[in-house]
Amino acid sequence: MQRLAALIVLTLTATLPLRATAAEVTTFTLDNGLDVVLLEDHRAAVVVHMVWYRAGAADEQPGVSGVAHYLEHLLFKGTDDLAPGEFSRIVAANGGSDNAFTNQDYTAYFQRVAADRLGLMMQMEADRMRDLQLDQADILTERQVVSEERNLRVENEPGALFSEQRNAAQYLNHPYGIPTIGWKHEMESLTLENALAFYRTYYAPNNAIVVIAGDARPDEVRRLAEQYYGPLAPTPDLPPRVRPQEPPQLSERRMIFEDPRVGQPYVVRSYLAPERDAGDQREAAALTLLAEVLGGSSQTSELGRRLQFEEQTAIYTSAFYSGVSFDDTTFGLVIVPVPGVTLAEAEAALDREVQAFFERGVDPEQLDRIKMQWRADAIYSADSPRRLAQRYGIALTSGLTLDDIAQWPDIVQSITPDEIIAAGRRVYDKRNAVTGWLRAPEAAEEVNQ
Amino acid sequence: MIRRILAAAAIWLGASAAAFAVDVQQVTSPGGIHAWLVEEHSIPFTALEIRFKGGAALDEPGKRGAINLMVATLEEGAGDMDARSFAAAREGLAASYQFDVFNDTMSISARFLSENRDEAVALLRQAVIDPRFDQSAIDRVRQQVLSIITSDATDPNRIAGRTFDAMAFGDHPYGANRNGTAASVTALTRDDIVTAYRNVLTRERIYVGAVGDITADELGAMLDSLLGDLPATGPALPADVVPAIDGSVTVVDFDTPQSVILFGHRGIRRDDPDYVTAYILNEIFGGSGFNSRLMEEVREKRGLTYSIGAFLAPMNHSEMIYGQAQTANERAWDTVRVVREEWGRIAQGVTQDELDEAKTYLTGAYPLRFDGNARIAGILVGMQMAKLPVDYINTRNDLVNAVTLDDIRRVAKRLYHPDELQFVIVGQPGEAPADN
Repeated sequence: MQRLAALIVLTLTATLPLRATAAEVTTFTLDNGLDVVLLEDHRAAVVVHMVWYRAGAADEQPGVSGVAHYLEHLLFKGTDDLAPGEFSRIVAANGGSDNAFTNQDYTAYFQRVAADRLGLMMQMEADRMRDLQLDQADILTERQVVSEERNLRVENEPGALFSEQRNAAQYLNHPYGIPTIGWKHEMESLTLENALAFYRTYYAPNNAIVVIAGDARPDEVRRLAEQYYGPLAPTPDLPPRVRPQEPPQLSERRMIFEDPRVGQPYVVRSYLAPERDAGDQREAAALTLLAEVLGGSSQTSELGRRLQFEEQTAIYTSAFYSGVSFDDTTFGLVIVPVPGVTLAEAEAALDREVQAFFERGVDPEQLDRIKMQWRADAIYSADSPRRLAQRYGIALTSGLTLDDIAQWPDIVQSITPDEIIAAGRRVYDKRNAVTGWLRAPEAAEEVNQ
Repeated sequence: MIRRILAAAAIWLGASAAAFAVDVQQVTSPGGIHAWLVEEHSIPFTALEIRFKGGAALDEPGKRGAINLMVATLEEGAGDMDARSFAAAREGLAASYQFDVFNDTMSISARFLSENRDEAVALLRQAVIDPRFDQSAIDRVRQQVLSIITSDATDPNRIAGRTFDAMAFGDHPYGANRNGTAASVTALTRDDIVTAYRNVLTRERIYVGAVGDITADELGAMLDSLLGDLPATGPALPADVVPAIDGSVTVVDFDTPQSVILFGHRGIRRDDPDYVTAYILNEIFGGSGFNSRLMEEVREKRGLTYSIGAFLAPMNHSEMIYGQAQTANERAWDTVRVVREEWGRIAQGVTQDELDEAKTYLTGAYPLRFDGNARIAGILVGMQMAKLPVDYINTRNDLVNAVTLDDIRRVAKRLYHPDELQFVIVGQPGEAPADN
């Protein structure tokens, strides 16, 4: 049931944990502060070149939500040396593909090309790191494009609107409560000045990490990086990365989101949860395993077994936790009830089973199987340099170090059943929780059931 | 610096992806099962892709959704294991088996470690040869399928696809979604599922690609054990079908801010001698690789959409060219107009520059597809099903480079017919303007 899972999970925060890695890793820092990480893989003459900025939606000023993402689009609109669209055209003319993405904690640009084009990619990324040049017509057209992107991803998807509302309720003070793509009313009035202010501050070598994966050698990468990125001036007074933090959360939040386009009602509960911190990853590792034990596999997880197989209350259950985050993240649970089971009953079943699990403890055989899959992931993940590069980029822009990344697999393997239960009891505090019901308005739901 | 960069690009192009080559071995198992293999021993695992030609189009009349439900239940218990014991065994081996079905094919995508390959294959064999189809498993999975059908009923993308397919293909299996309807799925019995299994998983329709830490001899023995006990033959495949569309615009009223626009007409067969030319043309027109004409005209110049594209869809029993865009309701008719204009313009052919750019992109991008064992295994199977020769990977770029502007002109005229272009709009675009 891949599709059902995709349908629901996509509307939540990214759930894939950052796992083990296996590659030859080289790293160095240029004089201007640019960090470079090389992950070697010489099976094919292909290279992935990514530039990660330690700046995302959560680094925006109040009132201009969506500007980090809007700027990401504008980076393709030309520099003092390149005409609008020229960047991608040159990548394509070299047989490569390129794209970019923005999240709360980072903005990243990448190209996949034949290994002998790495220098050209660096030359062009270095150019647009400091020399963006925009004209008014381009930026207005592109604002319409990002509006259509919001329509596509959010306004047309009740599950995504629901997710925005839950997230806004989850964070009382931290900007993670504001959607990356921006609130509709703010993103529709973003200006060139808004975008340039963000650009001038954050797009600088001392705020960037270049991650290269594939068929490249350390001495070559260093030579090219010094040649192309070396001359760039850093931002002298780069602000420290301190966002408004959460106060103690004292009151449970509950919401019902109704939309006639909802075909399948469901319940999502999320809790504020600690993220992986540099040098301190045990709690996050325990929560990562907790998510797998509770809701990882439909057939063998605690919730799947009890609610989908035995009691048959649910069509689908899941637990999610993404430990890779600069500030506090969330731990969450999903239940999609079978027809005839109300959302209230489904939510009660979920709570009952989680409590019963805390009493019962972790099934050691299940934990062994999960840890076996984590060990295997070190082998499987070596097959995709692109995904490896992505994992490194996300971890490094979330405040983790290469050491943290290297130690993570062993930390996960060392987590005990007791630590998992203890971490679960700590996170499972309703005062930190948002519970959301998604359903069609009553009349419509009766027709469905 | 634009000039300088382009000059550098041109020089590097000279030294382009010439070194690229993939060593594909043709393997025939002792029992007579054919497979293509790429050995890659640097990482200790193997990706195996098995496809059965036929897929959900083999649903019997009135039983739409049977094959989809069968495939979704394959993993839910086999031999003496119920669904949970089977999953636990698979997880303990850190293997993965994914069963998928489309109208033309059913696929098994497996991945297993070298250290426990024999056990992982033996376990997969149970699901393939000895699935249980317990009534309780069928009923549980049926609920999941019904939930998907319910969600799809209010999903504008799904509504658009469903409306287009029903119009174009009518009573042919292509005319109805492979999930089936709530009524057809609810009515399926265990016997229907068993019949679906016997009809789809047959030896005469198997195609295999394997990539990874395995030798030809090991692969041959493995395939015999895994697939050798399947029945030899299955029922006849459905007849070919010509899409019944008339170039009109169908609007499906749906209360949502952004209209989904699906468009298309008859395309070109994969085994047509002009297929490569058509592929290049479509890349220029609506491909995803670089600034296609549709992206340029609809997104870059007018900001009407976030994404728009077109693609060739050569199926076993029909062939189509489709495109899709999403745009705010009030701009939907503008988008339809621009798409139809561009459809007329591409029918006139392209410039030499456009052709050259597309060739450079396509030939350069081709090696990048061979990105990981599973992807390569999928490509190997796709090539066999399209009846391509085993050295195709190493000659494909020559085929692309050989296409001339005259070829393009001829095929453009043959392929694109703006008058026949059928649109489905799901949303609230308002009244059609007079010229539409």
